[in-house]
Amino acid sequence: MSEAPTTASPGGRPDLKHGPGRLLVLLYGIFAVGAASRSLYQLSTRFDDAPVAYVLSAVAAVVYAAITFCLVRGGERARRVGLVCCAVELVGVLTVGTWSLVDPGAFPDATVWSDYGIGYVFLPLILPLTGLRWLRAAA
Amino acid sequence: MFTPLTVTVVVTGLLLAVWCGYASFRDQPVKDWHYGGAALVELFALAQAVVSTVALAGGDRPAGDGSTVVFVCYLVAVPLCLPLTVVVSFTERNRWGSATVAVGAAVAAVLELRLADVWAGAAGV
Repeated sequence: MSEAPTTASPGGRPDLKHGPGRLLVLLYGIFAVGAASRSLYQLSTRFDDAPVAYVLSAVAAVVYAAITFCLVRGGERARRVGLVCCAVELVGVLTVGTWSLVDPGAFPDATVWSDYGIGYVFLPLILPLTGLRWLRAAA
Repeated sequence: MFTPLTVTVVVTGLLLAVWCGYASFRDQPVKDWHYGGAALVELFALAQAVVSTVALAGGDRPAGDGSTVVFVCYLVAVPLCLPLTVVVSFTERNRWGSATVAVGAAVAAVLELRLADVWAGAAGV
């Protein structure tokens, strides 16, 4: 891990990975790895069981990985991309959460975002809200 | 899988999570005693990994088909949680370092539970 002097760099480059950012990097990293390995396994072994759920898990994994990358990278552009990704994530968890409650038949198997992430102590819902707050404050 | 070890890892992991969470709540960094606790939890997690590896080598397999891959993934993941978060806490000497180790400990406990589930034949989830 290379330690760039983020806090002291010129131009007030937003530092996103220290302080509370550490916790976000860790949680997003865990979710990225978790969702990616889970969807890889499910897509490769039993795609036909619940294609929608497994593809959505893969999409979630990509969003999580992107946010993790933005947080670690830091800087104004990464901050903006991170904001967009967090917004996508929030919309995703709200949409899929509602969808899975209204039409359970569409999801024979759960995704990270089913029922607003109840299987993951609602972290999928809390994370984007916290992420948006952190990224906005870092401006 | 050795059930008393599973219980030990889960209980000590959760205790460590609460302990470090409390340190974070009190605005304190991770201290030597916490690191000692983390080393202890890690020791139990590694012992479980060794016991399970011996069982796998002896021909034992988790119940359900295709679950061996999942089981091995979890087996590798559990002992990684604490070392990774402890290393982060070395460079973050404040409440956020404590919070990081707390999360690492909680995740280790949850993954250990999942590990036991997978061994019992619940690889599907």
